[in-house]
Amino acid sequence: MPTSAHSPLFLLYVPFRAFIFALVVMWMTPGAAQAAPAEPLDPAIIARLADSRTEAKLAAIAALGQSANPLASQTLEALLAGVLNVVAPDTVLIDTGAGRGLNVASHTEQIMPPEAQPIMVNNRLRRAIQSALAGSRLFSESVATRLAAARGLQNSTDLEHLPLLEKALKNEAQADVRRALEVAEANLALQSPDADVRRDAAVRLGQTRSAAFRSTLVRIAEPRPDGTYAETDESVRAAAASAVRMIENHQQIVALTGHLYFGLSLGSVLLLAALGLAITFGLMGVINMAHGELLMIGAYTTWLTQTLFRQWFPEWMNWYVVAALPAAFLITACVGMVLERTVIRWLYGRPLETLLATWGISLILMQTVRTLFGAQNVEVSNPVWMSGGFTVLGGLVLTYNRLIIIVFSLFVVALVWVLLNRTRLGLFIRAITQNRRMADCVGVPTGRVDMLAFGLGSGIAGLAGVALSQLGNVGPDLGRAYIVDSFMVVVLGGVGQLAGTVIAAFGLGTINKFIEPYSGAVLAKIMILVLIVLVVQRRPQGLFAPRGRSVE
Amino acid sequence: MNTIDLTALSRRRLFSPRAWTALLVCTLLIACLPLANLLLEPAHPLYVSSYAVSLIGKFMCFALAALALDLVWGYAGILSLGHGLFFALGGYAHGMYLMRHLGEQGESRMPGFMTFLSWQDYPWFWAFTEYAAWAWFLVVAVPGVLAFLFGYFAFRSRIKGVYFSIITQALTYAAMLLFFRNETGFGGNNGFTAFRRILGFDITSPSTRAALFWVTLLALVLALILARSVTQSKLGRVLMAIRDSESRLRFIGYDPLGFKLFVWTLSAVLCGIAGALYVPQVGIINPGEMSPQNSIEMVIWVATGGRGTLIGPIVGAATVNGLKTWFTGAFPEYWLYVLGLLFVLVTLFLPQGIVGLIRSVAQRKKGVDA
Repeated sequence: MPTSAHSPLFLLYVPFRAFIFALVVMWMTPGAAQAAPAEPLDPAIIARLADSRTEAKLAAIAALGQSANPLASQTLEALLAGVLNVVAPDTVLIDTGAGRGLNVASHTEQIMPPEAQPIMVNNRLRRAIQSALAGSRLFSESVATRLAAARGLQNSTDLEHLPLLEKALKNEAQADVRRALEVAEANLALQSPDADVRRDAAVRLGQTRSAAFRSTLVRIAEPRPDGTYAETDESVRAAAASAVRMIENHQQIVALTGHLYFGLSLGSVLLLAALGLAITFGLMGVINMAHGELLMIGAYTTWLTQTLFRQWFPEWMNWYVVAALPAAFLITACVGMVLERTVIRWLYGRPLETLLATWGISLILMQTVRTLFGAQNVEVSNPVWMSGGFTVLGGLVLTYNRLIIIVFSLFVVALVWVLLNRTRLGLFIRAITQNRRMADCVGVPTGRVDMLAFGLGSGIAGLAGVALSQLGNVGPDLGRAYIVDSFMVVVLGGVGQLAGTVIAAFGLGTINKFIEPYSGAVLAKIMILVLIVLVVQRRPQGLFAPRGRSVE
Repeated sequence: MNTIDLTALSRRRLFSPRAWTALLVCTLLIACLPLANLLLEPAHPLYVSSYAVSLIGKFMCFALAALALDLVWGYAGILSLGHGLFFALGGYAHGMYLMRHLGEQGESRMPGFMTFLSWQDYPWFWAFTEYAAWAWFLVVAVPGVLAFLFGYFAFRSRIKGVYFSIITQALTYAAMLLFFRNETGFGGNNGFTAFRRILGFDITSPSTRAALFWVTLLALVLALILARSVTQSKLGRVLMAIRDSESRLRFIGYDPLGFKLFVWTLSAVLCGIAGALYVPQVGIINPGEMSPQNSIEMVIWVATGGRGTLIGPIVGAATVNGLKTWFTGAFPEYWLYVLGLLFVLVTLFLPQGIVGLIRSVAQRKKGVDA
C-alpha cells in the first residue's frame, strides 16, 4: 500500500492530498481487510435480527453497533437500504444482486433462495440503525468511511460511544483516522469522573485547534454567572484555558490569512483596473474618466463571448474566458483609439478639459450599453476550472477564481513592463512622456504613438473587465464602482510609476480587507480615502515618485 | 509725478449703470412669477403654474451653486468635483431643522428612521436643531468648516490641478457612502423627506412656496453682487493670477494659500446656502446628492454657461437644467446621450461657454461696424 510513502504529518497538514489518497485507497483495495479480518457474525445476533419483534431487532442492532467486525456495519447498511433478507432463523443474506446473497453468518456468498424475505424497517429501527452505524462504521474496511465516521463522532456527547472509540483506537493503523478518533475520544473523555483523564482530554482538544471545541472548553475554563465553576478541578480548568488560547491563536492565524488572501485579491482587481490608467494618466497625462466604462465594455465582451460559445461551441464552453481575453483587448483598444483620435487629441495639455470630455464619453458609453443590452445585470458564469477552491488551515477556502486573477494581474503587469521597456513602441511612449517636442523632432510619429498608447491603456482596461466579470456582477454601472478607486491607486502610487502602481494596488487592497472586519466595509472605504488624502498631503507626487527638480 | 489714480484702480465700479438696470429688471420680472401664480386665475394667459414656480425656484438654487463653483473654477482655477457635498451638507443641515417639526402642528416627533433603529434620543449632533437659527448657522458653518479644513491641508501641500479634482471627488464619494449608512443618523438611503412646517408655516402651501422662491431669488442676487465685488477687488485679481500662473505669483512674493482658502471656503458656504434653500422647495434630501455624478454635473452647468464670467453659471444652470427637465420628460432614454455630448462638445468647441460665444459674436459685429 502506498501509505508508508507519506509521513503522517504530511497528510495532516495537506488534507486535500489526504482526501485524494483516501479515494485512491478506496479504489485500489476494495476487499483488502486491514484492521480486523472479516469474521462471521455472532449467530445469537443473527437470530434476533431474523426475529419478527421490533424489540429483538433493536437489541440486535445495538449489538451490531458495538461490534468491531466490519461485517457488522455492512449488515447495518444493508438493513437500512432494505436489502437484508431473511431465509431462515439462522440464515440472513445481504442481497448483492444477480440473484446472489452474502451470508452474514458464514461470510460466504450463495444463491438467493426464492423464499427470502427482506426485513422491513420502521422509523424507530431506522433511528437506531443510524446511531449504531455511526459506531460500527468505525470498523469499516474503507479508510474514508472510517475517517468520516470518526469525524462525525467528534461532536458526540453520547457516552455509549466511548468504549467503541477506545476499541477502534486499539485497532486503527491509519494515522489520520487515529487522530480523528483521539479527538472524538477526548471530547467524550471530558465527561469522565477522573480529573487526570479530563485534563488530558482538554489538552488534546486544544491541540486540534478546531473552533468546534472552543465553546465546550470555555464552559470548563470560565466561571458560571453565579461565580462557581462547572469544573471542580483547578488544573483541568487551567488546561482548558490554555487549550482555548491555543484554539483562539489558531483562529486568528486563519483570519489573518483570509484577510491577506482577500486583500491580495482586491489588490489584483485594483491593479488591473489601475494599470490602464497608469498608462493613459501616468504616461500621457490624460484623465480618462471613461476608463471605468472601458472595464465595463471588457466585461460585456466576456458575456458576449460566453453567449457565442454557448450557441456555437458548447463543447469548448470551459475555455470561453480565454477566448474573451483577446476579444476584450481588441474591442476596448479600438474604442480607446477612436476616442483618442476624435476627442482626446484636441485636449492634450489641458487635463481639466479632458476630464470633463471623457466624463461625457463615459455617460454616452454607459447609455449605449444600456440601450443595447438592457439596464439589468447580465449573467456571466465561471468556467469549471475557475470555480471551487481548496481549503487550508482547516476551514479557510481559497477560491480558484481569485487565485487565477491574482496570477493573471501579475502576468499583465509583466506584459506591460515588457511592452514599455523592451519594445520600440514603449521606447516611443517614454520618449514622448519625457519631451514631446524633442521626440517629434527626432522623428517619432507622435500622433500615431499617442493613439497606440491610448489603445494599449484601454485594451488593458478590457482585460481587467474580463477578470472583473469572473468576480462580480456585470452591469452598465460596473465601471463606476472602480473609477474612484483606480484613480486613488494611480495617485497614491505616483504618476508614471509602474512599480508604484503595483505596490499601491496591493497595499490598498490588503489594508482595506484588514480594516473591514473591525469597522465594516463602508467605514473601511472612507478610512482608506482619508488615509490617501493624508498621504498625498505628505507626498503630493505619490508615494513612489522620483524626486525631480521641475516646478510644475 | 505719477498721475494714475490709484483709488480708481483699486475701487472699480461693481457694475455699469446698464448692468445694474438689467439686473434690477430681471430680478423684478422673476419676482413677479409667484405673484402671477398666487393672484391670477389658472385660465388667465399670464398665469404661472405652481410646478413652474417650484421648478424655477429649484433652478435658482442650482444657479447659486453654479455661481459658487465658478468662483473657484472660473476665477481661481481650482476645479472642484466635490461641490455636491457642500450643497448636500447645507441641505442636510436645514433638513435637520425641518425633521424636528414633523408633527401635525409642527411639533417635534421622532423621525421614522430613528425609531426604526430604536434610538431613544436624538444623537448629539442633532442638538438644538429644533431652533431655526442654530440650523441656519449650521448651514453656513458645516460646509464652511469642512471646506476650510480640507482646503487648508490640500492647498498647503500644493495639491492642485487634476489631483485636487480627483481628491475632491473622492471626498464626496466617501461622504456619500457615509451618509448611506443608517447608523450615521441622517436617514440612510432615504434621507430626509415628508417635511411639514417651516417656521410654523405649512411647507406645501402656495404662499410659503412663494416666500421660499423670493428668499432664493434674493440669495442669488446677493450672491451675484458679492461674487462681483470679490472678483472686481484686488483679491479677485490675485485669484486670477493664481489661475493663470500660480508659480509666477509665488515668485513675486505672494503666498497663494490664504487667497485660495478664502475663495474656496466662500464658495463652499454659498453652495451650502444653495442646498439649504433647495431642500424645502424640493421636499427631499438624500445621499444621492453627494454622488460624484451630481458634482460633475454642476461643473458642466458652469462650463456650458461660460466660466470666468458671473452671469455664465446662472445661464448655464438654467439652460442645462431646462434641457434636462424637458428631455427626461419627453425622451428619458436620450438624456444621458445629450448630457454626454454636451460635455464633449462644450469642452471641444465652446471653451468659453454660451456667454463667451455671445461676447465673441458681439465683438465681431463691433469689428464689422467699425
